[in-house]
Amino acid sequence: MKTDALIAMLATNAAPVEAGVLLRRYVLALGAGLAFAVLLMAVVLGVRPDLPEATRLPMFWVKVALPLSLLAIAIAGAVRLARPGVAIGRVPAALPVPVAAIWILSAAALVAADPGQRIAMLLGDSWLMCPLNIAMLSMPVFAGVFWAMRGLAPTRLALAGAFSGLLAGSAGALVYCLHCPEMAAPFIGTWYLLGMAIPAVAGALLGPRLLRW
Amino acid sequence: MGAAREYMRSRERVGAQEDHLKDLLLRGLSGDGVAYHAFLKALSAFLRAFLRGRLARVPDEVEDLVQETLLAIHNQRHTYDASQPLTAWMHAIARYKMIDFLRRRAGREAMNDPLSDDDELLAASDEEAREARRDLATLLERLPDRQRLPILHVKIQGLSVAETAKLTGLSESAVKIGVHRGLKALAAFVRK
Repeated sequence: MKTDALIAMLATNAAPVEAGVLLRRYVLALGAGLAFAVLLMAVVLGVRPDLPEATRLPMFWVKVALPLSLLAIAIAGAVRLARPGVAIGRVPAALPVPVAAIWILSAAALVAADPGQRIAMLLGDSWLMCPLNIAMLSMPVFAGVFWAMRGLAPTRLALAGAFSGLLAGSAGALVYCLHCPEMAAPFIGTWYLLGMAIPAVAGALLGPRLLRW
Repeated sequence: MGAAREYMRSRERVGAQEDHLKDLLLRGLSGDGVAYHAFLKALSAFLRAFLRGRLARVPDEVEDLVQETLLAIHNQRHTYDASQPLTAWMHAIARYKMIDFLRRRAGREAMNDPLSDDDELLAASDEEAREARRDLATLLERLPDRQRLPILHVKIQGLSVAETAKLTGLSESAVKIGVHRGLKALAAFVRK
């Protein structure tokens, strides 16, 4: 087929393109993914029984703020990476901000604490399960955002995969806040971050394979 | 002075071209087939020059890549945002397809014998450089009927979606999906 024939073929009866495909895909991916993650959390792990009281504590909202701010940054990065020729700009530079904030809080909490308490603050009662549970809860959104990205056109596949994975990880961590009873900043600053990093690294590794077009 | 004026003039030319192409594409995206045809035609000329300059060592594969990139731009046209510079969008797609092509080619050459110098000399003098080596029409034959027939009737013979639905017994939405998925599948065949 000559190029002119291909052009004629592509232009013949080319259907009008609907606007807002990117927004629709991401709203659907995040909405359905979060709903499944909440269901998974409620069924497998259970909502923490003292949730109403916990929401009155500032530390609960600090805990929520970490994944929520990372989620916002990851969405900003992913939607830029989903379109050819859109620069990601300063989005990656925002990533260290919430991380530094939780680490400063952690350091302050550890310094103020009784030396005998420090290990307990870091490990809590669930340090091993925390990252694994966050990774598990990130899976529905992970599937959703990779589906969304596959319908778009990323050109930097590993980076697009990493931001998609971080998006899923931070959404998973957000949902995990509804179950997890841990309230110490050093715990959040270590195991929550590790839990969110697992899908982010998985996304970076899978991106070049899953997102190619 | 003269160089600066020349530079400004070339910037203006590029800017005017960008505006013209963008106008054609936006009209094409809202369903104007004539404008879309003109957009693809102009785009193919730019792509050919862009790729020929960068793939000087494999001139007879340039047209393959022009076609592959045109197909990619068509399949991804929904990712263009009107607030974005069109050149940046087209350039990113062309660059992505070129790098993908070079990687595939490097993979192939690692398995096969590399071209000898004699072959390269012959390839460079090939008069038929503008013919694509890979035939998309042949790849089209490999699509399943539910994709091949909608493309054949709607995109090649120019029948309407309704006429194609009647002819093939498929529903109208199945015809539309068949065209859409078929062109994506064609792009996937090309990558292999």
